[in-house]
Amino acid sequence: MLRATLKSLLARKLRLLLSGLAVVLGVMFVSGAFVLTDTLGRSFDAVFADATSDLDVNVAAKPKVALSEAEGEQVAAPVPASVVERVRSVPGVAEVKGVVNADGARLIGSNGKVVTSFGPPQLGENWLGESDLLKLREGRGPQADDEIVVNAALAEAAKVKVGDRVGVLTLAPKKEFTLVGVFGYSGDRGSIGGVNEVAFTTPVAQQLMLGKPDVFSNVAVRAADGTTPEALRDQVARAVGADYEVKTGEQVAADASASLKEGLSFFNKILLGFAAVALLVGTFLILNTFSIIVAQRTRELALMRAIGASGRQIIGSVVLEAVAVGLIASVLGLAAGIGVGALLAYLFGKLAGGLALAGLGVPPAAVIGAFAVGLVITVVAALLPAIRAARIPPIAAMQDVATPDRPLTKVTVGGAVVTAIGAALLFLGLGGHAGDNTLATILGGVLFAFIGVALLTPLISRPVVALLGAIFAWSVPGKLGRLNSGRNPRRTAITAAALMVGIALVTGVTVILDSAKGSISALAEDTIKAELVISGASSGPRPASFDPAVLDKAAAIPGVQLVDGEYGDMAMVDGRRTWVAASSDVAALERIFGATATAGDISRLGPDQLLVSSDTAKSRKLSVGSTVRVQLSRGEARSYTVSGIYESSQLTNPMTLPPQAAADFAIPQPIQGFVQLSPGTRVADVQPQIERLLADSPEVSVADRAAFIKQQTSQLDTPLRMIQILLALAIVIAVLGIINTLALSVLERTRELGLLRAIGLRRAQTMRMITVEAVVISIFGALLGVVVGTGLGAAVVRALKDEGITDLVLPWGQMGTFLVLAAIVGVVAAVLPAIRAARINVLGAIAHD
Amino acid sequence: MTATVGRQAQAAARASDVWKVYGSGEAQVTALRGVTCEFERGRFTAIMGPSGSGKSTLMHCLAGLDTVTRGTVMIGDTTVTGLGDAGLTRLRRDKVGFIFQQFNLLPTLTAQENILLPLSIAGRKPDPAWYDTVIDTVGLRDRLGHRPAQLSGGQQQRVACARALVARPEVIFADEPTGNLDSRAGAEVLNFLHNSVREHGQTIVMVTHDPTAAAYADRVVFLADGQIVSELIEPTADTVLDTMKKLDAPAEVGN
Ligand SMILES: Nc1ncnc2c1ncn2[C@@H]1O[C@H](COP(=O)(O)OP(=O)(O)O)[C@@H](O)[C@H]1O
Ligand SMILES: [Mg+2]
Repeated sequence: MLRATLKSLLARKLRLLLSGLAVVLGVMFVSGAFVLTDTLGRSFDAVFADATSDLDVNVAAKPKVALSEAEGEQVAAPVPASVVERVRSVPGVAEVKGVVNADGARLIGSNGKVVTSFGPPQLGENWLGESDLLKLREGRGPQADDEIVVNAALAEAAKVKVGDRVGVLTLAPKKEFTLVGVFGYSGDRGSIGGVNEVAFTTPVAQQLMLGKPDVFSNVAVRAADGTTPEALRDQVARAVGADYEVKTGEQVAADASASLKEGLSFFNKILLGFAAVALLVGTFLILNTFSIIVAQRTRELALMRAIGASGRQIIGSVVLEAVAVGLIASVLGLAAGIGVGALLAYLFGKLAGGLALAGLGVPPAAVIGAFAVGLVITVVAALLPAIRAARIPPIAAMQDVATPDRPLTKVTVGGAVVTAIGAALLFLGLGGHAGDNTLATILGGVLFAFIGVALLTPLISRPVVALLGAIFAWSVPGKLGRLNSGRNPRRTAITAAALMVGIALVTGVTVILDSAKGSISALAEDTIKAELVISGASSGPRPASFDPAVLDKAAAIPGVQLVDGEYGDMAMVDGRRTWVAASSDVAALERIFGATATAGDISRLGPDQLLVSSDTAKSRKLSVGSTVRVQLSRGEARSYTVSGIYESSQLTNPMTLPPQAAADFAIPQPIQGFVQLSPGTRVADVQPQIERLLADSPEVSVADRAAFIKQQTSQLDTPLRMIQILLALAIVIAVLGIINTLALSVLERTRELGLLRAIGLRRAQTMRMITVEAVVISIFGALLGVVVGTGLGAAVVRALKDEGITDLVLPWGQMGTFLVLAAIVGVVAAVLPAIRAARINVLGAIAHD
Repeated sequence: MTATVGRQAQAAARASDVWKVYGSGEAQVTALRGVTCEFERGRFTAIMGPSGSGKSTLMHCLAGLDTVTRGTVMIGDTTVTGLGDAGLTRLRRDKVGFIFQQFNLLPTLTAQENILLPLSIAGRKPDPAWYDTVIDTVGLRDRLGHRPAQLSGGQQQRVACARALVARPEVIFADEPTGNLDSRAGAEVLNFLHNSVREHGQTIVMVTHDPTAAAYADRVVFLADGQIVSELIEPTADTVLDTMKKLDAPAEVGN
């Protein structure tokens, strides 16, 4: 029995391999994700261990506003110089350094552009001299206030050399410095983990990076011989008190590495998400392949039954085949995953400015995940065909007739039930009735919806395929192809359903993002009454900002009626994190953003007053006259009194503080500026004048309103593009499925094809027949995908109505493209099977048994 | 009509008042109308009749491959009628052997593997002496490693015979085993079946419409329009042909 199974497996290795390919890809994503995370994780560990190798104990103030990784950089409160002195007097301390070290020092390169960074921070520091780790490669340390040194990798990226005058953006607008030295790290490295560093003299660093004299970011301590870092940490902690966090160097490295790994885990989830899509599509393919193989082997299986095999033995033999395919696919997928993980780690290292990679790691999770996923998916997908195989009556061995088409009632009822469950889950999830499990409920709903629709597909396929096929029915081969595609509704349906999944996901995501773009644009068009907008593309995780002086100068330009600079910060308000804004001119709220007061006065704001949106007022139970306590990124907590409430809209901030408060924001500079012109003033006259004012802020520019709106909404294009590219993979897998189905069908119809050729069908006609079948199947799949995707997208858009996505925008052009693409896909998928069909030896085919 | 009743105790297979109706309404076909018949142990019985008379249907019902509409079927002392899938599987595995007209062999297995397949499905080991006897009788020793595609039709049928014999079933059912063969290859297969009854006491029930083939049997049962209409003991090709001619005339009138 085992031997019979293995032999039949070998005889079909090619088709099984084709269907296994989808599993290979899914497994590749799963194991690739694990390999990538492991490799990068260990690389981060190594980098931070290295960076803190001469640090025994670190003292830092507790951050005023604790932020999560997704909300941006945390601004640590500064440590006053007095604390440094206090630490110095602790027994067992050998050396104490007050360190200034903060993100946001952006160097302007020799081409006048800001050096960008994707991920690693751009640190501005005080120069602390050379150490075992850090050595000057050229020049000397900064001595005067207008001197800096930078790390070698940054000097190279900016194309600057010792002696050059270079501009640096910090908390303050652009300032010019002389580059007096370039430093590197031990082991001939130009940076640690791709971090860009600009080192100033201590007072300059304090002023530019921390905004105050005589404060530090943290205090670095080295222990005297005979004192352990742990012992010293406890001593120092007692000396500085509870307001400060005291950690050993090892702890600092571990914490820093852990926070980066948290970011990686997000990346990991994306990869696993695509693995899930690939595997879902793969499940359809495997199911189909095994169904076809079982159908083709009907007589063989019936013969086995006739000579005594039990139903369980038949199931066993099919499942065993599946296990073999799953094992092989897992091994191949794991190998490919290790390759992909290594490649992505390499690219990540490059992008991150030369992160030195630790050796490639294959964690047990990658291996276990690969085999578990590969085996489970294949076996589960093969289970249904296996059960069907066991139901073949032994008498089928003697009958020439293929098993008659079973009625579709059961599948259709099942499909309707599963679709209904999917719809219910989606309703619960999108309607916000699922509480903490919203995401899981929505994903489950999407999965059920896909499976349900796939089950309904055989029923839908009859009329739709007949209709689609009618387009090709003008020629004999076209007609035959059409009839062939309608011949086995289940097979056509599953093949099309595999294509549906990919196209539905792309369409759904496009509908959602296009609707979001459309809604935001429409709202912005309607509300923003500013002809010109100053804003910028940031060079890192921090938003681009500009000199507040630009606002006053712009206001002085003739024809300018109102100028407003917008500041923003994440703050703790009565103990809860909230995004707060400040407008340089509060009047802009009404005059530029069209806000209307629901209570109090929103046209002015005293230094101890704030305005809140109606939503915030409701959720926090605030009314005019209430007081709230606000802790900004810097400075001390302060109490403000609510003096007005404005109607919430997509464009309003939850809270608006007086402009004076912006000094304590993490970025104390305006992020956006809105310029309203007096009637009759031409935009083209004012724009160049403001452009000139921004000469020192290379990260920002001034654009008219339409361009600004476009720029804002185009932020959604990048994720959209990425999702589309990755989902294209699901479509590629589905194409493999079409090839597979056609190849199997051609094989199954060898006799019939031989007969057709014998009675005069030409080679080219044979190929056309197969191509029509493929095109009909793939257009059918694309059509299903577009419809299901639009449905899912529209459901999500409806659910996001309260979030301000009010307009449903359907990407008609894209949908048309998918259908055309599907036709091309069909033609491409048909090439190999068609050639095979055309090559069939007429005599051999008729004699074939 | 009822066939001559044989010695009950030695019946290897027995049908009692078996009816078989296919389909319903307009498309209803009654393939068997009250067939009662016994097949003795250690004998070679042929079932003859014109095409469409219900020969294959009778054989399928006897072998438990198809269910009967009414009546009972027994193999040895097992009542086949009413057995579930597990019981039928056990019956096929342990008590019955099959030889079909075509598609007898798994194309991916060699001749030897095909021959041993029923035993390996049942998880049994072949009796080496018996296996050698069977292989030598069918004369396939030098072809054991070949795939079905590399064998002639006659050789394939001999492999099928060997497969049926090697498990020593209570009864072997053969449905037109020579239907696809030329007369020489057919004669080889029939001789072989004849000898396995003579020399090894095997029970064989063979469906055929060929009088020459029927002449190899010890007894011929004639079927027409789903009923047993006649029977011959120790037939020759001529007596079979005569009986057939007699049966044909009224049948054609009936049509
Ligand atoms: N599966 C079936 N469904 C409907 N009618 C059948 C089926 N199998 C056989 N028949 C009918 O039963 C009758 C007997 O068939 P069969 O036993 O195959 O005849 P024979 O083998 O003698 O040629 C025929 O009329 C045939 O059409
Ligand atoms: Mg027949």
